[in-house]
Amino acid sequence: MTRPPPKLEWRGVSKRFGAEPVLNRLNLTVPAGCSLVIIGGSGQGKSVMIKLALGLIRPDAGKLLLDGKALPGLGGRLQRRLYGKAGVLFQGAALFDSLSVWENVAFRLINADGVPRKTARRRALAALERVKLDPDIAERFPSELSGGMQKRVGLARAIAADPEILFFDEPTTGLDPITAAVINDLIVDQVKRLGCTTLSITHDLASARRIGDEIAMLHEGQIVWRGPAADLDRTDHPQVRAFVDMQSA
Amino acid sequence: MRLVRAIGQVALAVLNTVGAVSLFALRGLAALLTGPWFFGQLLRQLSAIGFFSLPVVGLTAVFTGAALALNIYVGGGRFNAEQIMPQIVALGITRELGPVLAALMLAGRVSATIAAEIGAMRATEQIDAMRTLSTDPFRYLVVPRLVAAVIALPLLTVVADTIGIAGGWLVATRFLDFNATVYVRNTVDFIEGWDVVSGLIKATAFGFIVALMGCYYGYTASGGARGVGRASTHAVVAAAMLIFASDYLMSFWFSRL
Repeated sequence: MTRPPPKLEWRGVSKRFGAEPVLNRLNLTVPAGCSLVIIGGSGQGKSVMIKLALGLIRPDAGKLLLDGKALPGLGGRLQRRLYGKAGVLFQGAALFDSLSVWENVAFRLINADGVPRKTARRRALAALERVKLDPDIAERFPSELSGGMQKRVGLARAIAADPEILFFDEPTTGLDPITAAVINDLIVDQVKRLGCTTLSITHDLASARRIGDEIAMLHEGQIVWRGPAADLDRTDHPQVRAFVDMQSA
Repeated sequence: MRLVRAIGQVALAVLNTVGAVSLFALRGLAALLTGPWFFGQLLRQLSAIGFFSLPVVGLTAVFTGAALALNIYVGGGRFNAEQIMPQIVALGITRELGPVLAALMLAGRVSATIAAEIGAMRATEQIDAMRTLSTDPFRYLVVPRLVAAVIALPLLTVVADTIGIAGGWLVATRFLDFNATVYVRNTVDFIEGWDVVSGLIKATAFGFIVALMGCYYGYTASGGARGVGRASTHAVVAAAMLIFASDYLMSFWFSRL
């Protein structure tokens, strides 16, 4: 029996900006149903990894594969298929300023899936409820919400169309520890409910331990360590140890 | 040698921008022809670009029409031709000042707003988010603005023409002892359909330029808040320059017809 291909795969991917190499022949697989968290210091290329997977930028070399098929990037048919299956929570939530909260959550349903506004609104309110937001905020605009609430709306938008893959770009950055813990719990609940594959990037170890089945460390453009979340504190890998000890100090 | 290199660099940069803007415009036209179309966005932009520009365009037109009437009256008086003032005001407004002033007002108000809006969306990853939500940001953000400006500016020009001529009429009848009915009759008898239509053709082209510059500089903005500010400035300056240049070219072409 042949093994199913990984849900997502970076195969020999390189990317540089100017003379600066960011990813250097990166190889990484995310099996279906796995919650993988990428950790690493600032400027190590974590966000670039997600942007490449989402086709927002092109790799200089190598391939990205979805269910074993190469993603062409930047608007190809397969890339659009990925978008149809994916939900993304951006670092700053990236909510649309000119739209109300419910219109943000229902954006894909209305504009890409052709769902009637009334139905889309009902589904948006259900998604807001799932991230423990009061439906009363549905008519408000993003600028009227706190940072934590914006993240929750971003999460509601990411899960509204029941995606198969979820990407989290620094989901707890800029939040106080209590709000960050709430966001982490919501992410875990929703990933469990959807049974989907997730890729998260963070430098917040508390968040990584809470939401990851597996953790991988990105250093100088390559994955230098990967293991179960529980092994993070046991490994003697020098880069991982330095990163963990620095955060604990 | 250094001077030659500097000139070459500037020339290359200009050519690069012209090429990029042309490709951006072609992409806009292709997206317009192929859909999907976001009609809700189009209506929203028509309201923002057209309806909310009415006060500024109207005020500009009334004062310009009034000032033009006074200047033509003074100039015409130098060779006893004051009575030709209504015809010259009407001609100047419909063929030139109506479309150009409406376009310049729109360049200041709309190009800057579009560049700032889209540039801020770029800076805060909203454009990336839109793409991951299976929606082409080019079709959602750029095409409705281009279409709205192309529809709105000719309509605003009709308003500017009417109010501009009315401004001249007001000054002429209040302060220069023109007969109100004769002024209107002289204007209507003199103006030809082509005078108005040529102005509206110009306005259509200007509308495209105004929205194109705002969208291009906003869509390609980089460098955070500073980049957004720079995009707004570039959009207004480029739109104004292109309006003047294309106005001359179209006037030259129309004069040969």
